[in-house]
Amino acid sequence: METPRSLTIDGNQAAAEIAHLTNEVIAIYPITPASPMGEWADEWSSRKQTNVWGTVPRIIEMQSEGGAAGAIHGALQAGALTTTFTASQGLLLMIPNMFKIAAELTPTVFHVAARSIAAQALSIFGDHSDVMTARTTGFSFLASGCPQEVMDLALIAQAATLESRIPIVHFFDGFRTSHEVAKIHSIDTDIIKQMISHEKIMAHRQRALSPEHPVIRGTSQNPDVFFQARESVNTYYQAMPGIVQKCMDQFAALSGRTYQLFDYVGADDAEKAIVLMGSGTETAEETVAYLNAQGEKTGVIKVRLFRPFDAKALIAALPATTRSIAVLDRTKEPGADGEPLYKDIVTALAQQSLQDRSNQQAYKFSQLPTIIGGRYGLSSKEFTPAMVRAVFDELGKALPKNHFTIGIQDDVTHNSLDWDENFRTDAHQGTFQAVFYGLGSDGTVGANKNSINIIGESTDKYAQGYFVYDSKKSGAVTVSHLRFGDKPIHSSYLIDNGDANFVACHQPIFLERYPMLDKAADNAVFLLNTALSPENVWPGLPGKMQQQIIDKHIRLYCIDAYQIAASTGMDKRISTIMQTCFFSISGVLPTDVAIKAIKEAVEKTYGRKGKRLVEQNFKAIDETLANLHEISIPEKIDARYDLGETVASNAPEFVRKVTGEIIAGRGDRVPVSMFPADGTYPVGTAAYEKRNIALEIPVLDESLCTQCGKCPLVCPHGVIRSKLYGEDLLKDAPQSFKSMPIKGKDFPQGLQMSYQISPEDCTGCGLCSDICPIRDKTNASHKALNMVAYTPALRQQEKKNWEYFLALPEYERSAVQTNTIKGAMLLQPLFEFSGACEGCGETPYIKLASQLFGDRMVVANATGCSSIYGGNLPTTPWTKNIEGRGPAWSNSLFEDNAEFGLGMRLAIDKQTEYAHELLQKLQAEIGEALVASILAADESSETGIAQQRDNIALLRGKLKNIASPVARELESVAENLGRKSVWIIGGDGWAYDIGYGGLDHVLASGMNVNILVLDTEVYSNTGGQTSKATPRGAVAKFSAGGKATAKKDLALLAMDYEHVYVAHVAYGAKDIQTIHAFNEAEAYPGPSLIIAYCPCIAHGIDLKDNHLHQQLAVDSGHWPLFRYDPQRAASGKNPLHLDSKAPSIPYREFIETEIRFNMLWRTNPKQAKKFLEQSQQDVLHRYHYYVQLASLEWDENGDLEPPHRKLKATVENTSVENAAIDKTTEKTP
Amino acid sequence: MIDLSTEYLGLNLANPLVPSSSPLTGELESAKKLEDAGASALVLPSLFEEAIEHEQKQLERFVHSQALGHYEAQSYQPVPEDYGSELDNYLGRIQQFKTALDIPVIASLNGISTSGWIDTGKELQQAGADALELNIYYVAADPATSGAEVENRYLQLLSALREHITIPVTMKLSSQFSSVANMVLKLQQAGADGVSLFNRFYQPDIDLQTMQIKPHIELSSSIETLLRIRWIALIRGRVDLSIAATGGFHRTEDIVKALLVGADVTHLCSVLMQNGPEQIAVLVKELQNWLEEHEYNSVMQMKGSLSKSCAINPAALEHCNYMNIIKQRAEIKC
Repeated sequence: METPRSLTIDGNQAAAEIAHLTNEVIAIYPITPASPMGEWADEWSSRKQTNVWGTVPRIIEMQSEGGAAGAIHGALQAGALTTTFTASQGLLLMIPNMFKIAAELTPTVFHVAARSIAAQALSIFGDHSDVMTARTTGFSFLASGCPQEVMDLALIAQAATLESRIPIVHFFDGFRTSHEVAKIHSIDTDIIKQMISHEKIMAHRQRALSPEHPVIRGTSQNPDVFFQARESVNTYYQAMPGIVQKCMDQFAALSGRTYQLFDYVGADDAEKAIVLMGSGTETAEETVAYLNAQGEKTGVIKVRLFRPFDAKALIAALPATTRSIAVLDRTKEPGADGEPLYKDIVTALAQQSLQDRSNQQAYKFSQLPTIIGGRYGLSSKEFTPAMVRAVFDELGKALPKNHFTIGIQDDVTHNSLDWDENFRTDAHQGTFQAVFYGLGSDGTVGANKNSINIIGESTDKYAQGYFVYDSKKSGAVTVSHLRFGDKPIHSSYLIDNGDANFVACHQPIFLERYPMLDKAADNAVFLLNTALSPENVWPGLPGKMQQQIIDKHIRLYCIDAYQIAASTGMDKRISTIMQTCFFSISGVLPTDVAIKAIKEAVEKTYGRKGKRLVEQNFKAIDETLANLHEISIPEKIDARYDLGETVASNAPEFVRKVTGEIIAGRGDRVPVSMFPADGTYPVGTAAYEKRNIALEIPVLDESLCTQCGKCPLVCPHGVIRSKLYGEDLLKDAPQSFKSMPIKGKDFPQGLQMSYQISPEDCTGCGLCSDICPIRDKTNASHKALNMVAYTPALRQQEKKNWEYFLALPEYERSAVQTNTIKGAMLLQPLFEFSGACEGCGETPYIKLASQLFGDRMVVANATGCSSIYGGNLPTTPWTKNIEGRGPAWSNSLFEDNAEFGLGMRLAIDKQTEYAHELLQKLQAEIGEALVASILAADESSETGIAQQRDNIALLRGKLKNIASPVARELESVAENLGRKSVWIIGGDGWAYDIGYGGLDHVLASGMNVNILVLDTEVYSNTGGQTSKATPRGAVAKFSAGGKATAKKDLALLAMDYEHVYVAHVAYGAKDIQTIHAFNEAEAYPGPSLIIAYCPCIAHGIDLKDNHLHQQLAVDSGHWPLFRYDPQRAASGKNPLHLDSKAPSIPYREFIETEIRFNMLWRTNPKQAKKFLEQSQQDVLHRYHYYVQLASLEWDENGDLEPPHRKLKATVENTSVENAAIDKTTEKTP
Repeated sequence: MIDLSTEYLGLNLANPLVPSSSPLTGELESAKKLEDAGASALVLPSLFEEAIEHEQKQLERFVHSQALGHYEAQSYQPVPEDYGSELDNYLGRIQQFKTALDIPVIASLNGISTSGWIDTGKELQQAGADALELNIYYVAADPATSGAEVENRYLQLLSALREHITIPVTMKLSSQFSSVANMVLKLQQAGADGVSLFNRFYQPDIDLQTMQIKPHIELSSSIETLLRIRWIALIRGRVDLSIAATGGFHRTEDIVKALLVGADVTHLCSVLMQNGPEQIAVLVKELQNWLEEHEYNSVMQMKGSLSKSCAINPAALEHCNYMNIIKQRAEIKC
């Protein structure tokens, strides 16, 4: 038997290791929480890591999970050992192929990080609704409950599928297991080789399609034979459980870790049992052990092999003493009489009872046990020992509740069980539990993973880490839950209130936001990072916290981590400092051992290449030890403040009772009755969440401001705005409120202009100041807009100003020239304060659209970054104006967004048509003049739109007095008499890859929709995986070796239709062109496609330089600016208009500023150079080609003059070369 | 046959023409051309402390600490198992050059701190560099920093490095010292094997469109050689180390002057950038012709023959103001 090496890894990595070691072809596609498995596989293959047979697995990213499933099917048919990783909708997209793969008896393992399927809302978290949806495919289903099991069962699955020929879905709970870091035993490659039968691999290859021994598969069958043929696989399914158990036994013999199809844990004479699968089994096991020690007779069945379902094995696993069983399903099937696992268990036990009776055999149990089913843990809802106990308690009742829920308060249908929140097992008596509150960007999570590694590797202790984040990308809060102990840790739940031995607050601002010490156990240690001197720390704590410190005898330590970081050259990197504090006061390890280990970890991370970083870190570690202070605790509280309200007390009821509770971290307690049953939520809630995350905010110098309007245009968060109003409105203005007389001839003189910031919503990205073109003539470093420190005094002052500004009336839309920046920026943004990254490159485009068209917009939003910052609770940025109008937003799926938007257009157009028909029917009653006016309305301008709205209001007034069903009909569709603007918004992953088929169809349809592609050139939301928009030579997830092919030219494909308006924009390079493009696209009566360049954190750039990167992209030719307006052809003009000049800088200058490109120069300079040369050719070729297209002559009929499309696009002939570009490869970036 | 050989930093060189740091000395192809044209050694482009520091910060931020704190994206860039840093590339270049070229290869380090440089120096030596040029330019922008403090930085760095490496070290100096000669002497005492006089620098320029300050450098011109020639003349024979003349050497006559006042080698940069590596062959030939015409047997013979201690009118080297020049002109006229 091996002496296993220990690894400290998460479930995804555990699955990926086995998958990569035992396969030849791996088809991947990103989806949370399964993406890291594909990322690992890609990285390992790009490093030429081989499988156990010595060859590097071939990785292929497909355009969707549907595509991946097809590729897998093909690879399997051609005889390769093939696998994939997926979750949720991804698994659903694979279902059609899964039926075929299974029915053709093709061995493969799909590793699934099980996740909720989007229902009333999308959710990325863990439950079994995806695997349950796929359970009819004929795949076998094998469940793991913790990272160790993931690794072990991944191998068992691989062995069993080859042996049985039945494909397997190996699943584990998304996030709870896929992302839980744990110390586990590795599996030696010798064991892997012994487990995987060479003979069976040969057999698999022998079955492959080959012209050497041809067969035909995938025939069509008629009613005469299909049924029989479908039944022909039965024997394989009958054999499968035995094969899986055999593989489990073989694995046990080799590794010492045993598994059963149904593992029973608990009392031999248990009377009550819980049956469940996945990570909940761990919690149930822990609870059962505790309850049995208290004298109860309980047990838990851990379902490993869910399909094929082996009823006999289940019954064999249950003690004969079992009287009642609760089956817990982590899924919901609305309308079903119980969830799938429950039904299987009921059927198994009842069937066996009937069989035994008919065979006159003794039934194992004294009588058919009582069986109840319940739902738990949907979307990673916590599942704790208290809930397990509540289920056992329910089983003890005379009439236990069936179809119950546990973990929520259902005050509508009253299905939920109550549980005692104070119940604890004794599992943690020897465990050290610690929670850390940090910011996403402050390195807390990384340092904690590192700490787990240190403890895992340098001691015999078991370790577990789980990380909780909020839903924001800017200023995200992270809570790390770490456990260390001498015994294996089965607690697959968070550290609860009163349990933490150590609580760390890495950000001082959290003191006023989170009741962190609720988590603290008696005698815990509280570590606070604060700029306050030790003597001022105690008075600086909120009252409740002081009381908790006194009551729980908490030891309080403080450190000024930011000061130490600054003084040791670490800038704002405090993670090593806080990690050092943790080790020096927690007592988890002897301090000197821990410090040595931290230093070793620092050296390992930065190595020889980062000597300075190593030196800085070492210095910081040493300084930390000298500057960590214990604060003596007074006997009484002495607080200056306490935690405030989460949202303002005058907020709407829903915001206070639901939104506010979720913001405060109490969303788990919100009962069912408070939620809209159909997933419909009010808009504009982001305005109630004041996050105050900026360190600096912009302050206007109105003496310099020229009112150009650029600052509100570029603000990614909608926090800086302009308003134009009468001077009389200034009389009650706060003293510090800034205003200026209007400048420019577009507006009547005498009005006042203000540019105002919302300080509490600003993220401090600095882009507004960056774009400001005006400098003080006497001091060039001083602009019209300057970033200054965000002090409490400034916060109060600007808060008042903002409130005053908001109360000022909006300027009349029809009086604004929306084709100017200044004019467009007077329109109210109806997209504000999103949680997108600081300096996000996408949101300014969305905000602009909301300003120009928001009051008539309907938005179909593809899943991705824009759906997360656009629609992830608790708060959402889409909002409405004072008239109640605003964008109506919805997200369907990732892949279907174009079609989703098209459906909206169809509905609107149909109802408009119907309304026209009804109008004509009611012409006599309504009046000819009004009907004619409505039918003939010209809504091409804001004035026309406003007039039509007046008409509709008039119509509604008249309809009220018409007592006919037709009038009622017309009332219900009358709003469609006014112009509506359909926007289809999504990222490049959607538009170029998964949704391209639909996008193409919508473009071809000729329908009047506006498509905005936010092109970050990677799948940003899931962590930067390669899309077909990724440029050649960029390193991205799934292209760890650099993308070898050029970026797809989506614009060119769209222009080829000749009836699609197409624009390529980059607002940071040419803002007015962006505004023109948006206006033209929306005005165009057919399909419009705007492809917008969006710098993204995934590029490896600092987003404060967002505009510079856009400029470089345009100047290098990477992102040419142009507009293709089919309407120009009607007047004999070429539809294509180039808005940027020939590439004026070498492509090298663009790529050397971005890590995504220049990383390849460090890992594979030869390849990088080749890519650069090709890319330089690409951009020159492309520009030349566009120049030629733009130069074609069009006749008056809107047709191309002959010769048609005889373009010769060669670099040799181009006139765009530039001397500078010739030197493109002279220097390496 | 005229003997053009010279000794510089203990290296026997075929002639005194040594290309200094430039893009031409950074790529093997152009370096080979330089050698073929007659370059007797070459100085690699500088390894910049600032660049290494910037690289490390970038990698720290975007590779090692890239998390934003979001469930769906805990990182954005794949973390490579290994990658070549600026330093790795530099070391690789030394090894590549040493394999492909026969002439000595002098590495160049540009920085101001001791942090990391000792180890870097050792690695450069280990990679095969024949000598090391230290380019420690420091803009003493802080009024509180004295000239002595600036000088001490140079000396401390040199001493620290000297303890750990055995290859010759030369210091590339700025002309902005209160006492250049004294500084050279102190450097010699601290272990320098040579000095290179004088560095030319990027100077901040103003872009009148954007009002931004941007670094700017012009190619050198011959007029700049006089400053170098004067100081070499003043120190040759009074210090015992190698001297390289650098900055503005385009013409044979300038090179000759530098050798006459005591330079062991003259560095070439702008002239090669303008005319290509082949220009060295022209200069070698012209130098040979000059020596022949003026009946010198060798470069060794002429080196330092017009230094202060040997000059016909040494006082002229120390005249420092306009009046003197006027007076001299008047004297000459008379």
